[in-house]
Order: sequence, then structure tokens, then C-alpha cells
Amino acid sequence: MSLLFKGRAQGAERVGISPLQQLTMFFVSHIRQALASLGELWRNRAASMMTIAVLGLSITLPSTLYILLKNTERVSAGWDQASEITLFLHRSTQIGDIHQLQTRLGLWPEIEKVEHIDKSQAMDEFKQLSGFGDALNHLDDNPLPDVLLVTPTSKHTSPTAAGLLLDKLRKEREVEVGQLDIQWLERLHGLVGIAKELVSVIALLLFLAVVLIIGNTIRLNILNKRDEILVMKLVGATDAFIQRPFLYTGFWYGLLGGLLAWVTVALLLWWMSDSIAKVAQLYQTQFSLDGLQGDALLTMLGLSVFLGLAGSMISVHKHIRAIEPK
Amino acid sequence: MIRFEQVSKTYPGGQQALRQVNFHIAPGEMAFLTGHSGAGKSTLLKLISIMERPTVGRVLINGHDLNVIHRRQVPFIRRDIGMIFQSHQLLMDKSVFDNVALPLIIEGHTHKEIAKRVGAVLERVGLADKSRCLPITLSGGEQQRVGIARAVVNKPPLLLADEPTGNLDPKLSLEIIRLFEDFNQAGVAVLIATHDLGLIARMKYRTLTLKKGQMITDGLTEEWPGDDDEPAI
Repeated sequence: MSLLFKGRAQGAERVGISPLQQLTMFFVSHIRQALASLGELWRNRAASMMTIAVLGLSITLPSTLYILLKNTERVSAGWDQASEITLFLHRSTQIGDIHQLQTRLGLWPEIEKVEHIDKSQAMDEFKQLSGFGDALNHLDDNPLPDVLLVTPTSKHTSPTAAGLLLDKLRKEREVEVGQLDIQWLERLHGLVGIAKELVSVIALLLFLAVVLIIGNTIRLNILNKRDEILVMKLVGATDAFIQRPFLYTGFWYGLLGGLLAWVTVALLLWWMSDSIAKVAQLYQTQFSLDGLQGDALLTMLGLSVFLGLAGSMISVHKHIRAIEPK
Repeated sequence: MIRFEQVSKTYPGGQQALRQVNFHIAPGEMAFLTGHSGAGKSTLLKLISIMERPTVGRVLINGHDLNVIHRRQVPFIRRDIGMIFQSHQLLMDKSVFDNVALPLIIEGHTHKEIAKRVGAVLERVGLADKSRCLPITLSGGEQQRVGIARAVVNKPPLLLADEPTGNLDPKLSLEIIRLFEDFNQAGVAVLIATHDLGLIARMKYRTLTLKKGQMITDGLTEEWPGDDDEPAI
């Protein structure tokens, strides 16, 4: 309905188009504008490619770091549960007492099994592995203590539960020192945590940069089309109508930038897979990098599109309003 | 149709463009608005199309006070007003057809409807064979007719023209004015701002004359005093 003239229907209602057709036309016009924006990008290939590249590469860096972190977590997750408690016994402890202790501990509900490493056995092993073989022969007696390796049941392998168990074991009369082998893992987790925060901060800064870059690109687009926007405003186009092509441009920047980032990440991982395989071989493990798949890929593309849209929205909101016919 | 009630407009910086202007243009009326450059003609038209807002007073279209129209509603007001400019305001990188179709695309018409109506209106302004041309390849008079076609394609009840014959020779100017007369006879109210006094003299239409922002005459061309500094009334 016209605001000024009662009975003068405007636009679609005047020619008697049904609501369903109007809805269809709404989508048709959206699709048309989306394709027009894509065509516009194609016509200015060089400039568009640069913007898309900036966006793509800005997303590549945090994505790659994220993948490396995820893989680190995946590897260390396997180690998390393997906690073992090492008990060094007083050197004066008699072998009978040791066996008694071993049996006693074996009955504890928290403990899966207890393994005894005899001090002479430990000495032999040490001689073999340390390379101090000859020097050790000169020792009068064996300085190594007897050791009990305690494996907790699966319920008590978490760092806290294992810690509690360790405290309990330390109270045993024969035990001199008790050590939990997950302390270094906790440190690793700590380091990974810092790395994670660093990745988040880097990602945040890069994303902010992307929004600003897209915003500025769209601003230039808007200024380039100043005359066209003025004419459209003169013949009664709403701000929403005028800004739609620019929002679609932002959308396409985001989507294409995201796809570029995906390809770049895949190439990077492929490039690195050789050297990673070599390292894995040194540790005698089978290991392959998990790439971007499923949810992570969708998240990355979604984020990229979001950044493109956010940049164009900020720009459009500010600048289209400012262009008014005078 | 258009009513000005004690309208004054002062631009930021103190320049007073209009002073207490009162007039009324009836539905279906055709009128000229004249005066020297800087007399306030363009400002007056801008107040009607809400490119500017009055400092004091009210502008009413069809009884609706434009002061209460919100920024967001302005586009819908402009769809009821066909506007024609001296500088044509065409999109130079779009074909004549696309230029004329713009108001219909904005209103969300179907392709078929747009083709039909643009074809009809181009026929009416005598440019049916130029619909695929770019405006840049057309003469000044033809470009102006494209502008007119665009202004009337969605059949607005009101046409505003700001110096529509500014760059045209007398013969072409007359053709353009005849075109406006055609639309006027179809019931459209037309207000033409021009300083082409010779053109006005040949017409028998109501003429509003502005001088330094004040309405000094309002009457038929026969009573019009010419380019005299002294107001006749």
C-alpha cells in the first residue's frame, strides 16, 4: 500500500500477484542478486582474488595451528591413562618383607597389579642401557633400591585418583620414595594449554584483521557505486535492497576464502606429512595427521562466511546510509 | 495534492533558501516553478521528495504531513513521485531498458510484467527501438526521455521535474514539455521547475515564481509579469 495515496497499491500487490508468488519472487530476487554479486567478483578477478587470498591465508594459519594442536592432543590422550606408580623401597628392606608388601598391595581394590624389580636385575639393566658398564663394576655394592611398579586399576588412572593412591602408598613403612609417571604429562598438558591460548589469540587477531579488510574492500565497492546508489535511492530503493548485493559480495568473499583456506591447509599437511612420518618412525609409532574433516571443515567454512558477512555488514551499515541524494 | 504551509528552509551555515512559502497544487494540475538560479526552486522540489526537510512549516502530499515521515519510509514516498533531473541521473553502464526497469525491479515485479511495462513506456516516449542501447550513445534529448520513462514507468500520481529542458534546444524542449502534457492529461499532477521563460511564455499554465526564497507570483502565464524585479501582485 502506498503511504500517501489510499487505494494506490504499490509494487507487486498492484498487479495482483499472490502471496506465494511474492514469496517466490523474493527468493528469485535474492538468488539473482547473489549471482550478480558473483558475476561482479568475476569481472574484477584480480582485485577479488587478492581479497579472497588475504582472507584464505588469514584463516589458514589458525586452522593449521588448530589441527596440529588437535593431533598433539590425540597422541597424548593415549598416554593419559597409562599412569604407573614407581615405589622406591628402603635399601634395608629384606626380600621377604618386599614379597609381603607386594602381596599386600596386590589386594588393594585400587591396584591392578604390582611388579617387583629386583635391585640386581635393575643394576644389570642399568649397566646395559647407560653405557657405564665398566665403571659400575667397580662399585662395592649395588646402590640401587628395590622397586615396585604399581599399576592402578582403570578407575584410578586419572591424575587426581592416581595422586591420592600415591599418597596412600607413601605411608607404607617400606616405601622411601614414590613417583607418579604422569607429572611430565601434566607439564605437557600445561604447555599445550598455553599453545592453545596462543592459537586463540592469534586467530582472534587475524579474524579481526579479516573483518577490517573485508569491510574496507566493501567500502571501496560502495564508493565506486556511489552514483548508482544515489539513483536507486532517488527512485525509491530501500537501504535493505541497496545493501543486499554488497552483503552477498561479503558472503562470497567468505565462502571462497574459506575454500581457499581448506585447500591450503590440505596442501600444508600433505607437505608436512613426510617429515612427521619420519619423526613418528623415530618413536617407533604409527602416526598420521588428521586433516580438516566433517565438523571442523564446516566450522571453518561457516566462520569464514561469518567473517565475510560481518565485514560487509559493518561497512554497508555505515556507508550506504551516508549516501543520500542532495 | 501538494500543499506548502508557511514553509521556510535554512541550510546549515545560515543560507535561507525558502521563506514562508505557501501554495497548493491540485490533483491532476500542471504547474511551472520558476525564478533565478538560487531562488529556491531546487530546494522546493527537494522538500517534496524529502531530500531535505523544512526548517519551519509543513509540506503535505495528499494530506499527509511529510514531517512525520520516518527516514525508513522515505523510499516508499519516492515511489509515488516520479522525478526528472537536468542531469538525467541515468546509470551509464546499464542499457536503456535496465534504466527504465529499475523502479519496477525495486518494487519486485515479475520479469514478464517488467518487460511489458518498460516496452509500453519506451514506446510512449518514442524510444522503443533504443531499449538495448547504452544511454551514453543517445543524444541529450533522448537521454532526457529515458529519464522521463523511468519516472513514469510505475505510474506515479505526481511528477517533479527539475530543469528538464536545461540542456536542450527550444524544439526538443517543447517536445519534452508536450510529453509532460500527455502525462498530465492522463491525470498525473506535474510540477516543472525551469528558468526557461520563453518556454513558459508559450504555455498557458499556472506559474509559481520564487525570488530569494519567497513566492512572489502565483498565477497563469498570461498574468505573469516577465523577468521583472518588482512583484506584480
